[in-house]
Amino acid sequence: MVACIDGHDLPQGVMWRRVAEYTGGKWVRRANGTYDQNVFSYYTSVSCNHCQNPVCVKVCPTTAMHKDEQGIVSVDPDKCVGCRYCEWNCPYSAPQYNKQSGRMTKCDFCKDRLAAGLKPLCVEACPMRAIHFGEYEDLKKQFGDAVHVAPLPEQSVTSPCLVITPPHNAQPVGSNMGSIRNPEEM
Amino acid sequence: MLGGHLDEYGTYSTAQISAAIPYLYGINAGNTINDMANSKLIVMFGCNILETRQSGGGLSYELFEARKKGNARIIMVDPRYSDSMAKLGDEWVPIRPGSDGALIAAIAYVLMNEGLVDQQFVDTHCLGFDEEHMPEGVPAGNSYRAYIMGEGPDKTVKTPQWAETITGYPAEKIIRLAREIGSTKPCCVIQGWGPQRHANGDTISRSIAMLAILTGNVGIAGGGSGSAESVSQIGFPRMPEGTNPVKTRISFYTWVNAIDDYTQVTAKKMGLRNKEKLDHGIKFLWNSSGNALINQHSDINGTRKILEDESKCECIVVVENRMTASAKFADILLPSVTPLEQDDIIQQGYQVDQSSLLIARKAIEPLFETRSQYDICAALSEKIGKLLGQSDLATKYTEGRSQLDWVKHLYAQARAKKPELPESFDEASKIGLFKWFPMPQKVAFKAFRDDPAANPLKTPSGKIEIFSKRLWDLNQAWELPEGDAIYAIPVHEKTWEGPCDYEGMKKHPFQLIGHHYKGRAHSSYANIPWLEQVAPQQLWMNEADAAQRGIRHDDMVKVFNDRGAVVVRVKVTPRIMPGVLSLPQGAWYTPDKNGVDQGGCINTLTKTHMTPLAKGNPQHTNLVDVVKI
Repeated sequence: MVACIDGHDLPQGVMWRRVAEYTGGKWVRRANGTYDQNVFSYYTSVSCNHCQNPVCVKVCPTTAMHKDEQGIVSVDPDKCVGCRYCEWNCPYSAPQYNKQSGRMTKCDFCKDRLAAGLKPLCVEACPMRAIHFGEYEDLKKQFGDAVHVAPLPEQSVTSPCLVITPPHNAQPVGSNMGSIRNPEEM
Repeated sequence: MLGGHLDEYGTYSTAQISAAIPYLYGINAGNTINDMANSKLIVMFGCNILETRQSGGGLSYELFEARKKGNARIIMVDPRYSDSMAKLGDEWVPIRPGSDGALIAAIAYVLMNEGLVDQQFVDTHCLGFDEEHMPEGVPAGNSYRAYIMGEGPDKTVKTPQWAETITGYPAEKIIRLAREIGSTKPCCVIQGWGPQRHANGDTISRSIAMLAILTGNVGIAGGGSGSAESVSQIGFPRMPEGTNPVKTRISFYTWVNAIDDYTQVTAKKMGLRNKEKLDHGIKFLWNSSGNALINQHSDINGTRKILEDESKCECIVVVENRMTASAKFADILLPSVTPLEQDDIIQQGYQVDQSSLLIARKAIEPLFETRSQYDICAALSEKIGKLLGQSDLATKYTEGRSQLDWVKHLYAQARAKKPELPESFDEASKIGLFKWFPMPQKVAFKAFRDDPAANPLKTPSGKIEIFSKRLWDLNQAWELPEGDAIYAIPVHEKTWEGPCDYEGMKKHPFQLIGHHYKGRAHSSYANIPWLEQVAPQQLWMNEADAAQRGIRHDDMVKVFNDRGAVVVRVKVTPRIMPGVLSLPQGAWYTPDKNGVDQGGCINTLTKTHMTPLAKGNPQHTNLVDVVKI
């Protein structure tokens, strides 16, 4: 998150990448003061999934939100009027409103960096090398078919170009076993 | 150069483990993280590598890769479900802070009862396991076995039933855990620096190592000593520090005592080394780039009273580039450069699979009147030289070199070690970062394991001293406060404000720890809004405890005890044990006009009470209460 904020000079409150903590499980106290628990927790990092069926593009009244020939979904700031309708519709919170400019902004896949042969900032920054990028079909070949996990929505909504290697304690999409426990960090 | 200085031993990071483990093994060492690729089972005590050893070349990635290679099952013992647990843990064993000694004693009981102790290893490599293998001059009933089986002075058998009330972890789960540890080899038992930073850290650190010893996993690939990990690195030369003719050393933690009442800082009472007592107290403090003055040291309210008394410490100089809490206590505050405004040469940090050297050139010239530490000291050496009539003092200090000259000099010395480095410093500067990998997997005490007679340990007996006669003697020789003791064997040590302080819990029912937070490095970067945004300072509180008090996630709460009060936002979560709170350490102390800390600094609540052996910091041992405000 921070590499992206730093590299793109984003003001406070605008986050092109967000990491959700999905946590669940309960504690049960025994009579003798000992405990049983089934707590689980994992993180999911999402920016914009440059969807195949981008609902943000569909609903944008000015055509500011668009998908280019590379497949990258981005906002044309000259056309955007800041109505925030894309923000309402995106199930991943990708479009982020910038109060200072009055426009929508979002992850643009660091397309300027890509053009210069560099990697996106988040990919370079991740200390665990958890983020990879490339053509969707290539990623599926490398990491397996796209299986999403809670707290992400059903893929059928927008057909996101996102491949996830599920963590060992993953919950399926739609699970009610846990919830997002760090809304203040997103 | 001016005659020497009072030196120190120990650090806030590792006081207890560094002091205690050498009584077991002669030195403190562990296997390297990359060796975990050889483990079948890894049991981590308070070892949160993914949050405390990040960075691209850091141990977090190392651990991840080792686990991918070896596929070990990972069990994490921690009152908190850390990010390491989230990512890598297969099973969470939550126990009350400070109760590791009890858990391990019960595991030892099961191992002994069920024939899972590596008896051959213990008989040939260890001293003090049972009555038959004890040193001279110790009365019967003081062996480790006697302690576990209730045949010692406390007449208490360390059964899982005994341990479950202390730890909060059910007896039958302790039994299963013991069986798994006892029958899976190689098993790597490892600890972080959290368990030892307790009032009973002197014994906890040794207790954890006992699991590796009892199961014979010491000195084998995929096993470990049970202490913290070692790192293998190429050691490059550093700036010379001169020779200090003064051999007197105080425990790092007792600098406040040396200011407050130096007559108490004696060898017998406070572990003064190489001298019986101090001749005078500390009258002048020079604090460089550190926030331990006020913020990172215990009991801020108590400590600040001592520092504010100008009859005690007469002058405090602080060198800083941010207005930290410590900077606010300066009589003289010297503005220092940031890393971006100075040339430097940096060796690797906590990396295992690679070693590195970084030539860090300044990005800009120092702003305003800031100067680097080196430039400050060089200028001082000239002024002091004039005052003392030693006109060559400055030259003696600088050796005629500027800071950049020193970087070039140290680079040349590094080249002597690694001739493949470019001859031209300018070329090296352009490249900047040099890496060597992979570094070898290292197994601590392998030679000793393979042949204990030929390769004795640096202990008096040459063996692993489960019972240490030196500690037995120390307990008699030193003067310790009421309730404190030094234990010759790794026991469950009961202390003030620990998990067995039921009296204290009547007034302050919660145990408070201060985990090290991924959002900053101790207190560095706590003031960066971008980091605060994604990792805000929050008190971790269990859901059931919060519900009981009408506290909801993101509420403002006051957490307090007799030493102080802190106001902070709360994270209500199942990721921490009931009865336990965690206030991540390193937040900036920000008292309001009533002295209530608005910054969320845990040391507003911690106690100044040095541990018996290491004379170290017990900063995770606290009892508090919490209310919604």
